[in-house]
Amino acid sequence: MKKIESAQQLDALRNSLLQQRDVKKPSVRVCLGTGCRARGSLDVLKSFKDEIQSQGLKISVGIKQTGCHGFCERGPVIVIGPKEIFYQSVKPRDVPEIVSETLLKGKIVDRLLYVDPATGQKTSCEHEVPFYKKQTRRILANNGRIDPTDILDYIAIGGYQALAKAITTMSCAEIIDTVEKSGLRGLGGGGFPTGRKWRSCREAAGDVKFVIGNGDEGDPGAFSDRSLMEANPHSILEGMIIGAYAIGANQGYLYVRAEYPLALEHLQVAIDQAREYGFLGNNIFGSGFDFDIRINRGGGAFVCGESSALVASIEGKVGEPRAKYIHTVERGLWNRPTNLNNVKTWASVPLIIKNGAEWYAKIGTEKSKGTAVFSLVGKVNNTGLVEVSMGTPLKTMIYDIGGGILEGKKFKAVQTGGPSGGCIPEKMLDLPVDFDRLTEAGSMMGSGGMIVMDEDTCMVDVARYFLDFLQYESCGKCVPCREGIKRMLEIITDITAGQGKEEDLELLQELAETIKDFSLCGLGLTAPNTVLSTLKYFRDEYEAHVRDKKCPAGVCKDLIEYFILEDKCTGCGACLKLCPQQAIDAYGLTHTIDPTKCIRCGICRDACPFEAIIVK
Amino acid sequence: MVTLTINGTKVQAEEGSTILEAAKFYGFDIPTLCYHDDLTPYGACRLCMVEVDDGKRTRMVASCLYPVKEGIEVGTHTERVIKGRKLVLELLLARCPNSKTLQDLASKMGLEKVRFKMENETCILCGLCVRMCAEQMGSGAIGFVGRGQKREVVTPFRTASEICRNCGACMYICPVVELQCRGVKSPGELCNSCLVFTPQCLEKFGRVMCTLESCGACVEKEEK
Repeated sequence: MKKIESAQQLDALRNSLLQQRDVKKPSVRVCLGTGCRARGSLDVLKSFKDEIQSQGLKISVGIKQTGCHGFCERGPVIVIGPKEIFYQSVKPRDVPEIVSETLLKGKIVDRLLYVDPATGQKTSCEHEVPFYKKQTRRILANNGRIDPTDILDYIAIGGYQALAKAITTMSCAEIIDTVEKSGLRGLGGGGFPTGRKWRSCREAAGDVKFVIGNGDEGDPGAFSDRSLMEANPHSILEGMIIGAYAIGANQGYLYVRAEYPLALEHLQVAIDQAREYGFLGNNIFGSGFDFDIRINRGGGAFVCGESSALVASIEGKVGEPRAKYIHTVERGLWNRPTNLNNVKTWASVPLIIKNGAEWYAKIGTEKSKGTAVFSLVGKVNNTGLVEVSMGTPLKTMIYDIGGGILEGKKFKAVQTGGPSGGCIPEKMLDLPVDFDRLTEAGSMMGSGGMIVMDEDTCMVDVARYFLDFLQYESCGKCVPCREGIKRMLEIITDITAGQGKEEDLELLQELAETIKDFSLCGLGLTAPNTVLSTLKYFRDEYEAHVRDKKCPAGVCKDLIEYFILEDKCTGCGACLKLCPQQAIDAYGLTHTIDPTKCIRCGICRDACPFEAIIVK
Repeated sequence: MVTLTINGTKVQAEEGSTILEAAKFYGFDIPTLCYHDDLTPYGACRLCMVEVDDGKRTRMVASCLYPVKEGIEVGTHTERVIKGRKLVLELLLARCPNSKTLQDLASKMGLEKVRFKMENETCILCGLCVRMCAEQMGSGAIGFVGRGQKREVVTPFRTASEICRNCGACMYICPVVELQCRGVKSPGELCNSCLVFTPQCLEKFGRVMCTLESCGACVEKEEK
């Protein structure tokens, strides 16, 4: 392939691609995101290829593998063009029927459609499914439409046009002005105004500068960066090239955790293709601007998502943060001015350049513009990847998009922003999601994790879980984070074991506040959020653990006991057979549990068909 | 030169120097554990934290790293600072209850009790030895391994280092290598005997003549 040297050549290539591609031709798009792969979408793709070949349809049907569509709960998902029919939970055995009915006759296979559990209505199109309907997809818009390993697919939907526009028609100052005017803020969670960061880096002294894309998403339950890197790697590259051009950098780094093999593979393929087409390399679009990107794999330390630790890691040092009193934009990687942004922020840049700052700023709240991406997980019906405009209330996300709480249970709390985010209670469900409002509520945007918890969740246990994660992931450099988190965990573990003392809550509060004040980096500064927010909103649960030695949610094993209700027990023996401790006695008609033998595993409760076993 | 305010006093400091250097020069006493004049500041012990008001907002910064800036107001002993410092020291003491350096600091700051479960470590992970070995001795025979709770200072692969010259600089600079304090009686209690100790020199020479490193005992006693 000849290198593309001008905007006209790119347009010509795109036009010829569009002419070659018949939009009316039947096509199958199979999601090959990590979630759908785990549910067997590779087999589905293979079945389609086999089936179409065996029926001799190879020429007239296009098969495409795409990245994550977002609706991971219902994977593997496929979309059949040109009518955009949306099938969910597709198995390889469904494939022959889909080929013969939908692809050949244009008929819809009813049982594969999505049924809205609330209304019982079937929907045949992706955008009619409630999960997608309330979303505003910008960064993720093309995730399910293009083959991430094919640059031509990206070019066909208008890819690299923003780059052509930026390099051939805009000055560096104009680009930075546009980004600044759009109100784009750091989508990795920090929320720092991107345009201002770029400007500082542009103005920083020094002729060697770097840009870095942060794809080291490490929060439990967050996968938005991964999905984007897997599904649309070129959008990240395009953003980075534009940014590098505006800032004056000639080398970029993408820092991606090694646990994301598919993202790494797709990014590498994308980089190779971009080099081949001349979007990376020397003299990009004939402008004399040289830029290249290399991938650095992270070893999986959570702290390496923090910018200064990430920079240290790229430099080949131990991934430990340093104080950022001199900003990275002035002295970052190898002491050179360095501009680091999250991959979602980079992917937003081409959209802003292409559509203008006003378009981007049209949605969102006063101080947070554009969209926010969340990985919606936990006790909701529709888990998956969600992109909404800033300012969307939590309620909309959990009930309209998420489809409400699993098994009709009661909502208790939602944690946003990963392990260092806070837990937001039910009374605050109307809270609009944006950077500042979440921070005010004692939580944060973070990497966009959103974990929904139901009434069966013990908030003290939740705090314990996240502290355990954080104490393991703390780098150990500064005292408050290393020693403080350990002590908070110690106190909370005691509380969940029924050994909490009244004064523990005060000490916990004092520790949390000091760690927040005294820690070195973002990890320590935000680590106490879970403790502080649960202490604030769910203090009664802590008090129940400490004073009454009871766990209201029935989670903390040392504080609960299992009972069999005499009037409901039929003496069927289902629990008796499964109890690993032989703790259930069957004298008389009904059963009883021997608390001295019981290990509170809950197997009996799950096994009981009459709901006769309860926790107190 | 940069003009800033420390504890309400206008002072001048050289551009590029840190708050700690300026404060030390003017005699404001900021406690430190991981700082040494001749080594790269590290910012890990968090005892030297001070409150800085730059006109826009107040924030807590490590004075050993924060460069002096025109017009900032620094508080080295505000309520927020003292409260946090005490807790950080308490955390360290819970880890290494028998360190005399830490016990002395506790006496000086008026910390009398540790509320956490006591451990019995010796190293406070300040990293002075690691920096000393690398920066001053040009060796780099020791370093940190492990993360979080598993962090420790060792030679590579825990074997006898080929580049270590046994110079002893690491031991020389270590703030906790010394005769251990024998004062601790029951878990959680600090003896604070240094706090009530009356130096002999006071009677002979008075405070002005004190040539020992200021233990602060005399001042504390006078205040009481």
